[in-house]
Amino acid sequence: MTQLAFQKRMNKTKKYFVLFLMMVPGLAYLIINNYLPLFGIIIAFKDYNYSQGIFRSEWIGLENFEYLFKTTDAYIITRNTILYNGGFIILNLIVGVSIAIFLNEIKNRFMSRFYQTAILMPYLISMIIVGYLVFALLSLETGFINKTILPWLGISDISWYSEAKYWPYILTIVHIWKSAGYLCVIFLATIVGIDNEYYEAAKLDGATTWQQIRTITIPLLMPVVTIMTLLQIGRIFYSDFGLFYQVPLNAGALQSTTNVIDTYVYRSLMTLGDIGMSSAAGLYQSIVGCVLVFISNYIVRKINKDNAMF
Amino acid sequence: MHVILFLISAMCILPFILLVISSVTDERTIYLNGYSFIPEKFSFDAYQYIWQDADRIFHAYGITIMVTLIGTVCGLIITASLAYPLSRKDMPLNKFLSLFVFFTMLFNGGLVPTYLVYTQLFDLKNTMLALILPSLLTNAFYIMLMRTFFMTSIPSALIESAKIDGAGEFFTFLRIVLPLSLPILATVGLFLTIQYWNDWFNGMVYITDSKLYSLQNLLNRILLDIQYLSSSDFGTQTELAADIPQESTRMALAVIGVLPILIVYPFFQRYFVKGLTVGAVKG
Repeated sequence: MTQLAFQKRMNKTKKYFVLFLMMVPGLAYLIINNYLPLFGIIIAFKDYNYSQGIFRSEWIGLENFEYLFKTTDAYIITRNTILYNGGFIILNLIVGVSIAIFLNEIKNRFMSRFYQTAILMPYLISMIIVGYLVFALLSLETGFINKTILPWLGISDISWYSEAKYWPYILTIVHIWKSAGYLCVIFLATIVGIDNEYYEAAKLDGATTWQQIRTITIPLLMPVVTIMTLLQIGRIFYSDFGLFYQVPLNAGALQSTTNVIDTYVYRSLMTLGDIGMSSAAGLYQSIVGCVLVFISNYIVRKINKDNAMF
Repeated sequence: MHVILFLISAMCILPFILLVISSVTDERTIYLNGYSFIPEKFSFDAYQYIWQDADRIFHAYGITIMVTLIGTVCGLIITASLAYPLSRKDMPLNKFLSLFVFFTMLFNGGLVPTYLVYTQLFDLKNTMLALILPSLLTNAFYIMLMRTFFMTSIPSALIESAKIDGAGEFFTFLRIVLPLSLPILATVGLFLTIQYWNDWFNGMVYITDSKLYSLQNLLNRILLDIQYLSSSDFGTQTELAADIPQESTRMALAVIGVLPILIVYPFFQRYFVKGLTVGAVKG
């Protein structure tokens, strides 16, 4: 090896060494926060005992899972998780796309900004605050709905926080309220990006606004819509913990319609201290979730390679 | 069109207005008429009451501000310094490391093992670190976002020429790449700030010591306490009720919690919308 080549090689090592060094904190963090807990998955197959720790606790095979799936809990939380998230996906899509199309028709820039600001506002606040807002509306003794709207309609007070049957609707409304702005902005950005020539040509042919929307906007919006929907389907087993825990104020009476896998895992860990069961439920969620992500990514890839995650 | 959008906007804003008005409504009026947009009698008692108990609230504010600041700055540094090398196609092991990062988006151990790692292995329960660490790199999504930005918006010729001029990798990153990446830094920084400001989950899971309550956790505690008391028939209820804030005070606290975001939001809306769009289209 000549002196020069050696020098070159040293430089190269040194150069990438700096880059590698830069990545150390981030990689170390991911190892601790994301990879280390992966080993903890074995807890689901063990009779976990605090004093013995993860590795010395006794193996019990699939007992935790058997126990979990024998209860009615497993059915209820799976049903709730899928029905809620499935409904959210469909409604998000309809509401998000419609608002985006409406917004796009607004030519007054000031008003358009105003509407966007307003619609995106709920997206920014924490679920705790949402809990307060919902409480201000629904509280039995002082809520706006019980005190102002229902008397006006001639209906007597409803005890919202102890009747499970209302919550599928309440949670759906709250979810749409909080997240519609986010999706709407994404769709709007796509619509704005559509080449104006299409619309001009359509106008020359005498197409009405509605016809333009139906034949230009919606078809050109479809790729983004498909991708967003598939991404959400991939996450259908994960719910917004705050929505299902904070908004019903953790009320026990509502759990038949508000309990989802995430809240179940949290409650069995923090309230009941049932580590085995909650990690079994957690693993069930992770595995099904991962499979769903792969399936939807596969479909995304088929439709449009650029939009696939991997 | 305007009518529909106006109605939708109203639905988004009105709950906030109800919150603010409730916080300045006279207590007795609330008990008689409930929360209302047009109260019979206004009163600033709630804010006066909070002012008397300001210590606890300021303390929680302090915790929230500190956690938000440290979390956002550290999060940005770590994200950027991880995303930049990944954006360099010439780097060895690039493919493997990218996979290593993105895998964390797909599969995780779940709450239980994560909880055990932080509480048993690192003993972070009831420390400020427990509020910061678990959300530092919450999703590889931000890394992807930045990596895409570095790849598409920073011309590689620029990096080449810096190299020819004899600049080291770190110098190039610090003096050339970062200043050109302000839009993405602002976007991710904003997301992190909102995320840390609104975070209550870490506090709920890892914090039991009320000295470390963040604003959101304090608000959460007050809301759940009241719900618990009003739904139970304890004989001590009246006794306890004297200790907890009353209706208008509760709403005033919520106002205090949400106000900073609502004030700052219009100024950052531009970045925010841009960030959402970039994230969605490239994500």
